[in-house]
Amino acid sequence: MDRLDELRGPVPPRPHDARAIAALAANPGCARRAVLDAAGIDKDATATHLGFPAPFGQSPFAITRGNVFEALVKESGCAELLRLLREILGLPIPLASYTDLGDVGGNPSAHLRHSHTRRLLDRAARDGDDAGTLYDHPLLRLDIAGHTSYLEPDVVAFRLGGRFHIVEIKSFSVIDGQAEPDKVAAAARQAAVYVLALRDTLEELGHDPARVSHDVVLVCPENFANRPAATLVDVRRELAVLRRQLARMTRVGAIVDALEPGLTFDLVPDAGGAPTRPVADLREAVRGVGARYAPDCLSTCDLCFFCRDEAASEGSTDLLGRQVRDALGGVATVAEALGLADGSLIPDEGQEEIARLLRLADRMYAEVS
Amino acid sequence: MSTLAALARLRAVHTGAAQRLATVRHCHLSERPMVLIPLRLAGEAAAPLAAMAGTDPARPRLLVVPQPRDRDLRFAFAAELAEILLPYIEGLQKATETVERRGAEPFERCVDAPQVIVPNRSAVAFVQLLGRSTRFRRAEGEYAVHPSVPVLGRWLTFLAQRAQYPGSASLLAATEAMSLHWATGQSALEDANLASLMGWIDPPPGMTGAEAAREAEDPLVWPPAGPATDPGFDSEVLAPAIRAYAETRSDRAAARVGEAVRSQLEPTWRLMWRAVGLLGALPAGPGVAARWEGDRASFTGFAAQLAEGGPPQPKRDGAVGAASRLARMERAQASYDAQRAYDDPLVMAGHRLTGEAFTGTVLAADPDHAEGEGRGRKLRPLLTVRTSDPVRLAAGTRLGTPERRGQQAEVVEITGGHVTLKIVKGMGRGRTASPGSVPEVGERVCYAALTDEYQPPASLPAPEDTPWTHGGPPPEHVPAVEEPDEEEWA
Repeated sequence: MDRLDELRGPVPPRPHDARAIAALAANPGCARRAVLDAAGIDKDATATHLGFPAPFGQSPFAITRGNVFEALVKESGCAELLRLLREILGLPIPLASYTDLGDVGGNPSAHLRHSHTRRLLDRAARDGDDAGTLYDHPLLRLDIAGHTSYLEPDVVAFRLGGRFHIVEIKSFSVIDGQAEPDKVAAAARQAAVYVLALRDTLEELGHDPARVSHDVVLVCPENFANRPAATLVDVRRELAVLRRQLARMTRVGAIVDALEPGLTFDLVPDAGGAPTRPVADLREAVRGVGARYAPDCLSTCDLCFFCRDEAASEGSTDLLGRQVRDALGGVATVAEALGLADGSLIPDEGQEEIARLLRLADRMYAEVS
Repeated sequence: MSTLAALARLRAVHTGAAQRLATVRHCHLSERPMVLIPLRLAGEAAAPLAAMAGTDPARPRLLVVPQPRDRDLRFAFAAELAEILLPYIEGLQKATETVERRGAEPFERCVDAPQVIVPNRSAVAFVQLLGRSTRFRRAEGEYAVHPSVPVLGRWLTFLAQRAQYPGSASLLAATEAMSLHWATGQSALEDANLASLMGWIDPPPGMTGAEAAREAEDPLVWPPAGPATDPGFDSEVLAPAIRAYAETRSDRAAARVGEAVRSQLEPTWRLMWRAVGLLGALPAGPGVAARWEGDRASFTGFAAQLAEGGPPQPKRDGAVGAASRLARMERAQASYDAQRAYDDPLVMAGHRLTGEAFTGTVLAADPDHAEGEGRGRKLRPLLTVRTSDPVRLAAGTRLGTPERRGQQAEVVEITGGHVTLKIVKGMGRGRTASPGSVPEVGERVCYAALTDEYQPPASLPAPEDTPWTHGGPPPEHVPAVEEPDEEEWA
């Protein structure tokens, strides 16, 4: 792991939150992202220093709305949430308690909070016939490529019958039973991270990890009001993707070993934390690990504008998206594809079919436009 | 994505300018379209923040909700939008024409219909949500709203439903209409940004499309076209302005919110009219008028339904309604695809590439060829066409041709660049083919396995006879009021 520390430089690794971990699954083929994430590098700071700040931002209105909704759901010891869980999980009415794991005797240390969470989860898992309990602000842990990330799911529900459910509170609306598909998908990916972390914890404690349900409870406002409604979302598919991706990240060593010795993404921060590394130098370093740019990166990765610029300067067909690449049968660059189309380039072996199609398309384009 | 469209994108990258994907316009463009740019408060499902609307590029109307979390202000916004949209819609209901039909009663159809143009797909979705949040409102009782609000809700819902219908031009997303006619050198995802798409298609003087598109991505230069606003604008400009209004409720504070959102809307307003201008400069394809007729008929029908006091559109379709709507949409898609190909050689080229269509020269023609004897004798003119297109058609496939719409041919056989066809429809009823109906030797022809023939509607049971397998007959419509706690707003 020394090599990863060397890649990052003398700053603490950036902890992954569930959203970041979920985003890892978005572009599993990208070595650049795999290395930077495994080393816990602050990609946002890197992109900014390179002159390509990430295009992400969250509106204060959206943040307020999210906080207000979460507070509403958790009001008076999660009274509203309890009502929903009774309906959807059949939680017995009188048998439900609420435990806030937010801080332990005024001590907010992650380590302490995590061991407290572990202790309580262990007890709940042991007393199989205990009453339903809601654990607010639990702190879970997930090891990613040798680094520990602490994760805080919204609520963990435990009920009679010995099963744990992750509860995910989101403030996007469900209108007439429908919500925006990409928001639901993002929530499911994020919840899958918590399910995995909770399963790992139970397994470490010697319990059956399958006691954590793959059905997560998604709580969203219903229609145009603030009234919460709950839905069960099956995250088995997201779990499978996540496991595969995390396994890949632990194997990131193979990619790292192949990197040039001495390569580092160290921003060389001065005393005030401002990066001092020459930009050209950093650019060389980042280019030392191959990226796989796709337009989807524009919504998930901090480095997207840098990689897009790189793909553009290389004339890569990745720039135009999967659909175009598929239509081009994988021809890598714009110049190559245009050369095949106008016949100035002899197709390589295996390119005859796409070359024939491109030449035909070129001829027709000239003929009718 | 067809290889042709992919090639067009490559050429756009290479030349730095957008490439044509169509030689004619495939969507109707009204003489007086209404441009509508809605903005929504971030984080809320359907809380309008502002809108710019109007039919005159020089006179946009700006609607503002200075505190989007205030219910009364939101419905005041809806009433104000109704004041703009409803007179536009109602004005178009006045002039009608009588349509004669064979074997059926003649009916009245409006000679024109509303056309609302919004910036992008998300704005269409927002129109639908705005319709959903207003059409069930009532003008009396608790939580009463202005009587125009539920009417607006129904029209917005009508428009949003038309937008799902292939080939309809009642509610257009500018990005989609533009992408249908031009290919850019960026991905489809980036094309959803109107400013960047327009940068490629119509860059300012001295700039390439690629440069203009990059510049358009800066929200400070080109504010997003909505409904979502730029998060930076939200925190630095909008949030303080809304807070000031919430504290003082003064006209001055309201005007400050208004000026803030105006700065975000005006650039998009100008872009929208530039897009309208560019689309208008393309000659309309022949099928456009027929599809617009469908929009006009649908508009006339809905206006009548509304006048008769019909209930608001349900939250969900019943089983029969959903099945018939799907069937209608499928037929519309097939005929939309066929019409565009027959109207436009560039679209047809995409089908030629996949082998569903071909172009060639008539090598031999036998216009008097017939099949059968005596009374069963049928005229079946034969043609042999030489083509270099990669034809992939099976014998017996039905073909149409852009040169002679209404004519149908059948593939007889295909051998090494020679296609033999027999014409089976559209050559007259006489013993010999009517003049000009059979292509002559040497003529350049095109045939395609695409059809936009009339297909009878799917036969479905009446809603009250919905079988139990599909949930049984739907319950009677009860004009339910929205639950009162729906009014709670943080």
